[in-house]
Amino acid sequence: MTWREADSATLLAGLRSLLAAKSIASADEIAERIRITDGGGPAQGARMVAKAWTDPDYKALMLADGARAAELLDIPMRGLPPLGVVENTPGIHHLVVCTLCSCYPRAVLGYPPFWFKSAAYRARAVRDPRGLIAEWGTELPAATAIRVVDSTADYRWMVLPMRPAGTEGWSEAELAAIVREGDMIGVTRPRA
Amino acid sequence: MLSAGTPVRVRLDWPETRGRCHIRTPHYVRGRPGEIVRHLGDFPNPEDLAFARPAKPVALYHVRFRQADLWPAADPWPHPAGDEILIELYEHWLEAA
Repeated sequence: MTWREADSATLLAGLRSLLAAKSIASADEIAERIRITDGGGPAQGARMVAKAWTDPDYKALMLADGARAAELLDIPMRGLPPLGVVENTPGIHHLVVCTLCSCYPRAVLGYPPFWFKSAAYRARAVRDPRGLIAEWGTELPAATAIRVVDSTADYRWMVLPMRPAGTEGWSEAELAAIVREGDMIGVTRPRA
Repeated sequence: MLSAGTPVRVRLDWPETRGRCHIRTPHYVRGRPGEIVRHLGDFPNPEDLAFARPAKPVALYHVRFRQADLWPAADPWPHPAGDEILIELYEHWLEAA
């Protein structure tokens, strides 16, 4: 049997043993990385958003250095690209896309939704962003400009959405529960 | 180092017509005018990294473009004056505008 005929489990086992034999990555290091990757998900980003909504100092840190803000909430960022955070305001709405591939802030949002990698999303996000997010039910007022963030290089980007009206007095956990994946990409906005 | 507000133009260049390459500059901004928002740091040049060549750190900037400067006026979709695209671009793709 050649490697072309091997099933993926056999190939993976072969690759792992070669990585270990050549001292590139040990079994423990690979297990640790899998654990970190599986720990990423929209609930992590939602915790950051909720904290930023209730703590102005944390929000300032998050906008200045997203990775440090993530680490403060025990989200592992070691070895990952810098995390940039863009803030939605009444005057500007952000939408994140990676037109070149599928760059995505996995530590804080997990695996990207299937449509994030689609050619249609990537092409339309930069050319017809208002029409695109309208299909998620997001209608921007004319007074709100849209700024598309094309994630082309060494950063990963997430959106800090606006805190919706009707959430006054809510706890961080209650706030985090209403923040969805799409709110942190910019296709939707959180609702109370 | 380019400071915030500096007007720039993306090099109108198509290295992919000259051979194998890896480029992080999307085609739709090449030759277009933009403005430096901020320096994001220096990173090994991905055009070399992709081929496992020694990669020198290159300044990476967030550059802002008006959507109306990127797409044809005849587009069926409106591009209101305030709408923008923000992109990470390496310094060697930027020219004085």
